[in-house]
Amino acid sequence: MSVNVLLFKITLLLYFAATVLYLVDVLLHRDQAGRLARWVLVGGFTVHCATLVARYFATGYTPASNLYEALSFFAWAIVGTFLAFDLRYRLAVLGAFSCPLALALMIMGSAATKTTRELNPMLDSWWFPVHVTLAFLGDAIFGVAAVAGVLYLVQERMLKSKKFSTLYHSLPSLQTLDSINYKCLTFGFPLMTMGIISGAIWANSAWGTYWNWDPKETWALITWFVYAALLHGRLTIGWRGRRAAIFAIIGFLCLLFSFLGVNWFLSGAHSFKALEGR
Amino acid sequence: MNIIVVGLSHKTAPVEIRERVAFAPTAMEKPLRQVAALPGISEGLIVSTCNRVEVYAVSREAEAGIAHLRHFMADYHGLPTEELDSHLYDYQGEAAIQHIFRVASSLDSMVIGEPQILGQIKTAYGYAAEFKTAGLILNRLLHKAFSVAKRVRTETEIASNAVSVSFAAVELARKIFDSLTDKTVLLIGAGEMCELAARHFMNNGVARVHVTNRTFERAQKLAEEFGGKPILFDNFVDHLPQIDIVLTSTGAPNFILGHKTIEEVIRRRKYKPMFFIDIAVPRDIDPRVNAIENVYLYDVDDLQGVVQANLKERHKEAKKAEGIIDQEIGAFFKWLASLDVVPTIVALRKKLEEIRRAELEKTFGTLKGLGDKERKSIEALTAAIVNKVLHQPMTLLKKSQNNPAGESYVEAVRALFDLDLPAPEGKIECLDDQVGE
Repeated sequence: MSVNVLLFKITLLLYFAATVLYLVDVLLHRDQAGRLARWVLVGGFTVHCATLVARYFATGYTPASNLYEALSFFAWAIVGTFLAFDLRYRLAVLGAFSCPLALALMIMGSAATKTTRELNPMLDSWWFPVHVTLAFLGDAIFGVAAVAGVLYLVQERMLKSKKFSTLYHSLPSLQTLDSINYKCLTFGFPLMTMGIISGAIWANSAWGTYWNWDPKETWALITWFVYAALLHGRLTIGWRGRRAAIFAIIGFLCLLFSFLGVNWFLSGAHSFKALEGR
Repeated sequence: MNIIVVGLSHKTAPVEIRERVAFAPTAMEKPLRQVAALPGISEGLIVSTCNRVEVYAVSREAEAGIAHLRHFMADYHGLPTEELDSHLYDYQGEAAIQHIFRVASSLDSMVIGEPQILGQIKTAYGYAAEFKTAGLILNRLLHKAFSVAKRVRTETEIASNAVSVSFAAVELARKIFDSLTDKTVLLIGAGEMCELAARHFMNNGVARVHVTNRTFERAQKLAEEFGGKPILFDNFVDHLPQIDIVLTSTGAPNFILGHKTIEEVIRRRKYKPMFFIDIAVPRDIDPRVNAIENVYLYDVDDLQGVVQANLKERHKEAKKAEGIIDQEIGAFFKWLASLDVVPTIVALRKKLEEIRRAELEKTFGTLKGLGDKERKSIEALTAAIVNKVLHQPMTLLKKSQNNPAGESYVEAVRALFDLDLPAPEGKIECLDDQVGE
């Protein structure tokens, strides 16, 4: 087992531990568990950074060239984003939902093949790291926005129906969740836009055309329009709260589909099968 | 020495009885001194609130002490003993310790987790300390009770949710708005509960409280009190877009705020959330308003529902608190048992006898040439020294059994000679034995 795979497994374990601790905090109201979860997660994130670096040195290219690497990279970006938000908001309940998301991606990744192979020459470009980093950071931020959206809908439902579940005491105010939605949008949207533009420039230099209408590009564009609509609604018509939460969730579902669904159900230049050059 | 308590509370006596046995806080010296002067009783403390009247005491004989306290309660207030007796409960030993821990932690209160009782017990202890009726044991007991109450408060969520309608409204607002410091409250009409809620919002840091009322003078008066603006009742709707939290309780027979009005208001606010609290009966706001996006409407029944749910939550937390109390009783009871004179005397003798034996063996080890006779006289000599040294402390300790200050001698002896906690009961045969032969 190579170093980077070992590190990957340690990361997976730490994320699992953090998830359990966050759930204990939220469901059983044990604050200490949440505080511990934060440190376990910081530890996991650090090991994860080391995993990516080790993978980079083992292969010589940015670790996002196959499904395993991409899932791991995505999970890394989500945890990083959550920890950044945690600095400001300190919300265990956000962790209790973000952590399992990252954990699920890691588990999917561990099921995928981890062997390193010669990089597809098409990916051997300076644009590759730029494109995937921008795209994944944007995706991760929208992932946190979707989590905040789900929490908003749960909390709003309880306040409207006047029936409160055990989760109620862990949830922050509606306004806090809504402001997370807005912050994510203002950071995530430019990143996503730049991700798409960098991809187009790269496509032009590799294939001589900016846009191929391959399924991933199409779905990315659809996703981009969803978030563009949300941003526009927020800034001009005063969309907020419930509507913004629903949009953030729909946007993230589109995004997940363009990331995973397109690979599994459709084919094209972004499919990892195609990239692995068979 | 036994800790005993005799008392009555909202659970055992109606208010007509409670008010007749209450002790006035301005005149605590006399009853406290009377309790401490009762036969066999060395320390006393009286807790008197509107929900409970209890006398705690340290007594040589538990049963006799309880009987004295029962009589005292009736006699002091000029009530026939028979009338009062059925309302009085009593506890002794561990049960009494558990009782004061539960009372101080607010587990025995009418509203579980309410914070006042701890302050009331602190006041009661203040009087007992002032008039010197609290001695070594009650001092320690009360300080322990305060620390147990603090543990319960921090380790359980017994007091974390609102159990009054007006506090529940503030808590709900905190679940809608991230901060109250930039929020504006409008108080429509006047009603005691409404004003109370407005005051809670003020104390929780809202920026402004405006007031509107059909009688403008009344609005002016209240607005002045809250430091807000009085608004004419006829056009208060025009101000609604600048209001985040609306508290209403008018005597109007019909809705004063309808569905259409609020829809228009929320649009003008660009859908910034609004929280309506309708405390009026009949209601002031059309209940359909709750369905409007980013509008939250709670009427009196809704708030009462929240309060009920919170109370249930407190009862669950109370179970955890009982566990904490059980842990603490054990430690305290051990300490209390160590204050008994008899085991202390036994332990002291044992300790000195051990020292004497060890030193003798050392000496005999180096002086190999001693004959039996010499050995015997050295033994007798050391035994005599130990007995002489022990004579005065022993006499004092034995006498102190009947002395209110006795426990402090016991504690001092234990500290000075580094004596362990007493061995299990039943090994007191050498109490009056002389050391040695």
